[in-house]
Amino acid sequence: MTLLQFGTSLRAATAGATLALMAFSAAPVFAATPNDVLVQALAIDDIITMDPGEAFELSAAEITGNTYNFLVRLDLADTSKVKGDLAESWTVSDDRLTYTFKLKPGMTFASGNPITAKDVAYTFERAIKLDKSPAFILAQFGLTGDTVAEKAKSVDDTTFVLTVDKAYAPSFVLNCLTATVAAVVDQKLVTENAKPMTATDDYKYDTDFGNEWLKTHSAGSGAFTLREWRANELVVLERNPNFPGEVAKLGRVIYRHMKESAGQRLALEAGDIDVARNLEPGDLDAVSKNGDLGVTNATKGTLYYFSMNQKNENLSKPGVSEALKYLVDYDAIGSTLIKGIGEVHQSFLPKGVLGQLDEMPYKLDPAKAKELLAKAGLPDGFSVTMDVRNTQPVTGIAESLQQTFAQANVKLEIIPGDGKQTLTKYRARTHDMYIGEWGMDYFDPNSNAETFTSNTDNADTGTNKTLAWRNAWNVPELTAKTQAALLENDADKRAEMYRELQKSVLAEGPFGVIFQQIAVAGVRKNVKDYKLGPSFDTNYVFEVAKD
Amino acid sequence: MTPTSPLIAKRRGRSAVFGLSLLRFLAIVATTYFGLLAVTFFIGRVIPIDPVLAVVGDRAPAHVVERARETLGFNLPLYQQFFLYMKAALTGDFGISVLTSNPVLTDIRRVFPATMELATVGTLIGTLLGVPLGVLAAVKRGSLVDQVVRVVGLVGYSVPIFWLGLLALLLFYARLQWVAYPGRIDVVYEYSFTPVTGFYLLDSAWQGQWDVFRDVFRHIILPAGLLGYFSLAYISRMTRSFMLNELSQEYIVAARAKGLSESRIIWRHALRNAAVPLITVIALSYAGMLEGSVLTETVFSWPGLGLYITNSLQNADMNAVLGGTIVIGSVFIGINMVSDLLYRTLDPRTRAR
Repeated sequence: MTLLQFGTSLRAATAGATLALMAFSAAPVFAATPNDVLVQALAIDDIITMDPGEAFELSAAEITGNTYNFLVRLDLADTSKVKGDLAESWTVSDDRLTYTFKLKPGMTFASGNPITAKDVAYTFERAIKLDKSPAFILAQFGLTGDTVAEKAKSVDDTTFVLTVDKAYAPSFVLNCLTATVAAVVDQKLVTENAKPMTATDDYKYDTDFGNEWLKTHSAGSGAFTLREWRANELVVLERNPNFPGEVAKLGRVIYRHMKESAGQRLALEAGDIDVARNLEPGDLDAVSKNGDLGVTNATKGTLYYFSMNQKNENLSKPGVSEALKYLVDYDAIGSTLIKGIGEVHQSFLPKGVLGQLDEMPYKLDPAKAKELLAKAGLPDGFSVTMDVRNTQPVTGIAESLQQTFAQANVKLEIIPGDGKQTLTKYRARTHDMYIGEWGMDYFDPNSNAETFTSNTDNADTGTNKTLAWRNAWNVPELTAKTQAALLENDADKRAEMYRELQKSVLAEGPFGVIFQQIAVAGVRKNVKDYKLGPSFDTNYVFEVAKD
Repeated sequence: MTPTSPLIAKRRGRSAVFGLSLLRFLAIVATTYFGLLAVTFFIGRVIPIDPVLAVVGDRAPAHVVERARETLGFNLPLYQQFFLYMKAALTGDFGISVLTSNPVLTDIRRVFPATMELATVGTLIGTLLGVPLGVLAAVKRGSLVDQVVRVVGLVGYSVPIFWLGLLALLLFYARLQWVAYPGRIDVVYEYSFTPVTGFYLLDSAWQGQWDVFRDVFRHIILPAGLLGYFSLAYISRMTRSFMLNELSQEYIVAARAKGLSESRIIWRHALRNAAVPLITVIALSYAGMLEGSVLTETVFSWPGLGLYITNSLQNADMNAVLGGTIVIGSVFIGINMVSDLLYRTLDPRTRAR
């Protein structure tokens, strides 16, 4: 073979190979998901466990809401109320200390085991004894490892009795029972998979209550069961044929981890996914203009706010926090940075929660802010830093704040950081200012009131590390008011007490609430009845169907 | 007095040298591992992220955070933590990844084949195209072909892979729909075959699942093609210069004078000799891909080692990071040894020495 021949044959071979590759790749595209499978794109990197007794992350809550049932669930028609789920009915004693729940008869878990009041009692027992992140939601009724067996117990197969330590508002107790930590687990199945432990001073029990197994499995009675969770990759749910209600129409629901909005949009347009859950304003706009796609949304209980550490001598001067709240361009932020994914909101209770307050006293007013700063002894402004996690929309909002603060000579220096990095600093309260989000721990006004207005010990060694503590806001009066609201029997009066607390925070609190999150989903047109709920654990997929 | 025969003395000397070099080799490996572990461990502890947050989540109450800190031993002095870790690591226990709730070894066993499959296909593409192109460029030195190969190589060398990856995705996925969405396999094909080797192409073909095979192929071709292009750029440049070196040797003139055909001279003589250093080049480029092409894996959501370690690092999941680092270190050392062995096989002169 001569050199020339060699060159020719090489070229031919290369061209041939390329053509072959292209032909193979260009085979007809399978650009639609099967009809009984729903594929959702969602950033699921927050999930660290699937055990309802331990999980406290938003994405995990959505899975729990679909794989478990509860004694009571939020009434989606009016979210200031609850309705029975596993419980057929319940009564509250006159002294408001005893709650008696009657279960619906004849229900079974996904495993086929019957659902009894014993399972409910076991759910309480393991949550309290494991004492993981969400356990305080139940523990705050005075339940401890020693008393839980007595205070949360089954009387017979269908009667469960809960005894609380104070005459709490019944709305508070019932709202807490809708939290994912109260998701009823299958005692028989969990016990079979429990791991023996050595009891120590810190952990007094000889079993892990199935914690390790439940991290990656489900043991509930929800419309779906958990088939697999692969961290940062996917979550797969499969239909539970033993579901006590109407059996799900979909055979499989897949959550695909995708972090980028642009990537989700591409995949949605191509038909590789059915639902895109993390769309940013620009992509959302494009999706809503596409005839094959639709958009659905729901207001969520998550607030975005900036806070001012009262350890900083400038930020703690009277009137400074108010001045900074006048230096936020709420209109501009609302119409651009959070367009479609949030609405401007200034008080600490999100819309949809008992006691919500719609007042919005603040708007961008540099003159007023300058006046307040002069009164505080800072006529020439001051310099301050803000810790900002490097994700949208907070980065954009921080940059907007930087510009508007400058209008009153407040020089804002942004310290960008990874989410966990800024949070570590915030928790140690070594920040000046912080911008971030706050999601409700459970769907009751006390959840936010406690964190924004209660600070039982302002020392650095304080153990109740609420947001008020993190910003060194020492408010014994508001702390007392918050506790009083918890014991108010009358729901209307209770709501009024929370409105007053919100007004105090609006006026003088070191928190500037900017907006409330709206969850949006881009959905392909052939997906029917896809709805987002007011919280992550109410993002139900059991009614969804596909054409 | 019988003097030891010179032959025996030489043999003894040789085995002593061999023993010494083995010892030296082991010492180097041990030091490398120790350094690797120490540096990664201390970096992991000084980054301003609280590793406990990764274990209990962002929203955990204070007492839960504190208890987790004690259980994990983060309240101990650093040197004690390091000692405890080394002890566990030496017995093959890399701990549990807090991010995935799985033992680190289980995770690595799952993600490493993904990286290896991608790197293997990438290297195959790079070698099969890069070597002939390099040879061609050397043979036709200064011609148009040479210039084209040079430009192709230069682009491959200098354009950042994530940018090229995004552009390629935009063109081949979003516009043309020739290839599949980032990821290793379409989610609807999950559970439709059993991964045995962890190499999805092999597994699906072995089980006769041709639609799965096609889907896997549509997923791997773009990232592997890109990786292949980058190694092609490197390999073709190196091939060209090795070949030029060989072609100017006297034995080539002798072969020509002998009347051998050009193709025989190029393939059997020149390339054969150039192959020796070329093996090292290819092996190193393969090792580079095996350590997890972080950017490629990120752009293409490829669930491999690079993405795993990146995710773990961002969450201060140090068990996973350390486990991954050890695997990468071992791969590097392993591949270096293999290429040394190949060297000896290919170059008779090293065998004699």
